[in-house]
Amino acid sequence: MSDPRPTSPRAPPAEPQARRRHDGTAREWAPGRFLAEFPLYAVVDEEGRLADEAELTLADPALLALYRWMVLERLLDERMITLQRQGRIGFYVGSIGEEATVFGTAAAMAPQDWIFPSYREHGAAFLRGLPLATFMCGLFGNAGDAVKGRQMPCHESWAPGHFVSISSPIATQVPQAVGAAWAARIQGHDMVPLCFFGDGSTSANDFHTGLNFAAVQRLPVVFACRNNGWAISVPREAQTASETIAQKAIGYGMRGERVDGNDLLAVYNATRRARARAAAGEGPTLLECVTYRMEGHSTSDDPRAYRPASVVEPWKQRDPLLRIRRLLGRRGVLDEAGDLALRDELRRQLLAALLEAEAQPAKPPVASLFEDVYAAPLRQQREQLAELTAALAADPRLANPRHSEG
Amino acid sequence: MPVMNVIQAVNDALRLEMRRDPSVVVLGEDVGRFGGVFRATAGLQQEFGEGRVIDTPLAEGGIIGAAVGMALYGLRPVPEIQFADFIYPAFDQIVNEVAKYRYRSGGQYPCPITIRTPYGGGIKGGHYHSQSPEALFIQVPGLKVVCPATPRDAKGLLTAAIRDPDPVLFLEPKRVYRAAKGEVPEGELVLPLGQAAVTRPGGQVTLIAWGAMWHEADQAAREAEAEGIDCEVLDLRSLQPLDLEAIVASVRKTGRAVVVHEAPLTCGFGAELSALIQERCFLSLEAPVARVTGWDTPFPYTLENEYLPRAPRILKALRETVAY
Ligand SMILES: Cc1ncc(C[n+]2csc(CCOP(=O)(O)OP(=O)(O)O)c2C)c(N)n1
Repeated sequence: MSDPRPTSPRAPPAEPQARRRHDGTAREWAPGRFLAEFPLYAVVDEEGRLADEAELTLADPALLALYRWMVLERLLDERMITLQRQGRIGFYVGSIGEEATVFGTAAAMAPQDWIFPSYREHGAAFLRGLPLATFMCGLFGNAGDAVKGRQMPCHESWAPGHFVSISSPIATQVPQAVGAAWAARIQGHDMVPLCFFGDGSTSANDFHTGLNFAAVQRLPVVFACRNNGWAISVPREAQTASETIAQKAIGYGMRGERVDGNDLLAVYNATRRARARAAAGEGPTLLECVTYRMEGHSTSDDPRAYRPASVVEPWKQRDPLLRIRRLLGRRGVLDEAGDLALRDELRRQLLAALLEAEAQPAKPPVASLFEDVYAAPLRQQREQLAELTAALAADPRLANPRHSEG
Repeated sequence: MPVMNVIQAVNDALRLEMRRDPSVVVLGEDVGRFGGVFRATAGLQQEFGEGRVIDTPLAEGGIIGAAVGMALYGLRPVPEIQFADFIYPAFDQIVNEVAKYRYRSGGQYPCPITIRTPYGGGIKGGHYHSQSPEALFIQVPGLKVVCPATPRDAKGLLTAAIRDPDPVLFLEPKRVYRAAKGEVPEGELVLPLGQAAVTRPGGQVTLIAWGAMWHEADQAAREAEAEGIDCEVLDLRSLQPLDLEAIVASVRKTGRAVVVHEAPLTCGFGAELSALIQERCFLSLEAPVARVTGWDTPFPYTLENEYLPRAPRILKALRETVAY
């Protein structure tokens, strides 16, 4: 079999003698050094002004379409957080403030590219066709759920859109995305996985293993770190002593880039370039999208216990939705009235999806408990299903959540 | 005596041990400023400082590996794994390192670590926030495995675990973290590891459980009593070391045993208990040892009540065992 790897020389050029001589000093590290080496790439400022017209790589309709998705995601998150507070769903993880990172990256990939999500990126699945109502069925874990009510809310899978199953254990998807890229290269496919994770995830074993494998093999992967400042209560400074996440790329021998994660166009452009390089055999890129989690980690979290509300305020001015709306306003694509109408329409769409989801039976069939553990149930699983069915028939209290606690 | 829930009892034990022994340190994800996602370590950093209550980066292998180094170098680390489901990235450190250090160093390096972790289902957590992995660790020589059911036991056993010269995996039943309330003595409370508690004396059948399932077993025993079944309930409390004497004494008396656990049936700790009872009490047994357990599937989300060994299923096993 021919080596599907690019033929470009892999070995770095020999270092000049002079630089190889050791002068007895360690390599210098000074605060701010990497901030300078990895400047924040931005295209649209907070007032919606373009830094450079040439960077406007999306036509107005495409820009408007992505803005629409971002607004939908925001409204969805707000609605679902309320639903959780009302006790209608058990849990929710939103991406309020991080929409530009989620949609900017995903929109820049090709349709055949697989997405290895963390757990805040269901927006990317919507771009790939996951119906809102199906997603909501997943939040209820009801009979309409694509994963048969097995997973907690926000752990969707959407194979038709090449969106793989979300795993709670942090960073497990990183080496997996690398494997998918490897498989694509072995099979000669033009497929570049997009792998999401948070800043906290960069501490996990799997992050290091994954990046190392990818760099050694020069595999085509886009690693998208949503640096949202927090891993539950732990701020980025307590997570890593490196000034930027992007600079970690150097240690592995790959490209790193720091992007304004609240700037849709910057994220989009940087991802496009990273994908193009990957597809051209130039290996993986670590994108650090600098953004901010404006809400709690999840509905189980109370951020007041670890951060004052005042630190969130400045980020509200940097809201990624506001920026695109202002850009669209400047370009005459969307005015105030148009925006209000858009929001109204999206709210109606959300409500319709919610009604559709809530109309599904509350539980998948009991037999589904034993499906998909293996391709075919084992002997003891068949016995256990029979036992459970009989037990349920004899005492329906078994299916009642509170019978023994109340 | 103050009334506490399990979380408060854990917090109380940690606080008292940290006050008593400056070598006790707490480390883990979110344990410091936030006080833990379940608030078990709330207030500790304020009292003992960032040097002894440490928010670590997000890496379980790192948390346990670092705890090993701390223990070797004279501290008594109490690392927290945020959910038992996330212990697997640290599995190698626990199984090969923590548990074996004393042995493979010829007794030169003890490794006294107490790994605290919430385990179990019933909180709508799906399989990533609900697993009961005790059997995986009970099989590891060198490790002790403790699982309290009540606030009092949580305090007394955690204190004993921290003082124990060996590493202990301390499984906390998160389903009853706040629901289980009870009187807990103020001040020092040390309950010896390796002692089961007969929480309900009875003569007809022995019902064995631990952790959150003890509450379910207790409920089933009360319902069984109404049907005229006289049930003795044993809370194992410590799974390794195991109070085999208590089990044997009870089963020799009743002639029957039902074991309850949340983990899947196959190779669950119930299998070991059945074998032990069979070896030690064969001539006293009037019925086969019954097991009421989770099914051999991953822990589900929507159907978790169907999955859990709830009182109705335990009751059915009790009836069948007694009528055998
Ligand atoms: C292996 C593992 N350890 C701990 C957890 C608990 N946990 C869930 S999310 C989270 C923080 C993740 O932070 P980050 O990767 O930065 O993502 P973010 O939530 O900020 O988007 C933690 C500690 C987990 N899911 N998996």
